[in-house]
Amino acid sequence: MCSTCGCGSGNTVIGGVPVSYAPAPRRVAPGATQAFVPLQATHAPGTTAERVLRIERDLLAGNDEQAARNRARFAKRGLFALNFVSSPGSGKTTLLADTIRRWQARTPLAVIEGDQQTENDAERIRATGAPAIQINTGKGCHLDAHMVDGALDRLLEAGTLPRDGLLFIENVGNLVCPAAFDLGEAHKVVILSVTEGDDKPLKYPDMFRAADLLLISKIDLLPYVDFDVDAAIGHARRLRPGLSVLKLSTRSGEGCEAWLAWLAAGCAAQRNGDGN
Amino acid sequence: MHELTLAERAVALAEEVARRADARRITRIRLAIGALAHVDADTLTYCCGLVARDTLAEGAEITTERVAGQAWCANCKQQVALSHAADACPHCGGHGLEITDGDQMRILDISIEQK
Repeated sequence: MCSTCGCGSGNTVIGGVPVSYAPAPRRVAPGATQAFVPLQATHAPGTTAERVLRIERDLLAGNDEQAARNRARFAKRGLFALNFVSSPGSGKTTLLADTIRRWQARTPLAVIEGDQQTENDAERIRATGAPAIQINTGKGCHLDAHMVDGALDRLLEAGTLPRDGLLFIENVGNLVCPAAFDLGEAHKVVILSVTEGDDKPLKYPDMFRAADLLLISKIDLLPYVDFDVDAAIGHARRLRPGLSVLKLSTRSGEGCEAWLAWLAAGCAAQRNGDGN
Repeated sequence: MHELTLAERAVALAEEVARRADARRITRIRLAIGALAHVDADTLTYCCGLVARDTLAEGAEITTERVAGQAWCANCKQQVALSHAADACPHCGGHGLEITDGDQMRILDISIEQK
């Protein structure tokens, strides 16, 4: 189970409909017995022989294979897909809603929202006029590639999966678990708001190493907080040398043009087949 | 982080292979977890014990091979040992490191009793 949030899997709901591909919930109780049977034990008559079977598989192989299928699906459809990750409360949904308004339908777009519970974030996105599908992970602390595949099917059925455009995937607010799960996205975008600590990259190194873009958000609040922007960028680049960084505020609009330009360049690269 | 998901995967992979081999039960699952992997090895071992209940792996011993972290230092042009992802190169103090080993989360093999 997740030592951060105590999560498991098996309670996934996409667009209000429970989905069955997640592993069934298991009876979980502590104190599993661990019997030790030595290898190459002497085979006495009447006892069973023991065999060692090689497996040699990555524990994330199933997810990674589905992520590769998602990536191929995005490429075929000309979708520039981004996986937004951050701690809860950094302003992911506000950023996405604001970005959609500023984007002004330069290309079609859709949003996949991930949260443990509620449809609130998808509703906030729909209020901008953009299509959104909500994944509720139940007790799960991250989205996985199979959930995204299910959400893509739902968008397709609803006729709202764009062609030659943007797909925003807002992950569950958590700087730990989503780092390990490839969803098939072109890039993970990590958001760090200035109301958080500037040492967060050092505290959550896996996530900042997995990201391709760091967005430092809420910069209109810099005069009121002790956040050291240069220190935060320095910490992040210790983990990921050369990491791209953009600073913005949806409230003042500062930095938003550069962010839209980054998105437009990504869309163009995806259309030309040299995305990722 | 997400250890229960990974434990479910490990036990499912073990069961799949054990069933194909017509096993009566799985007596041991051996994992390889790198020092730099996105997982806590002790928690993963504990979770494997939990999710193995009511499966062929119920009661199986879960062992974990710990793999040391290694990285390529672009500055020193050599492999260096790394115990934490955020550490600097032990020789030059630089951070231009690319992890080359120690970030794996794998199931290596299982021991089974045949029917």
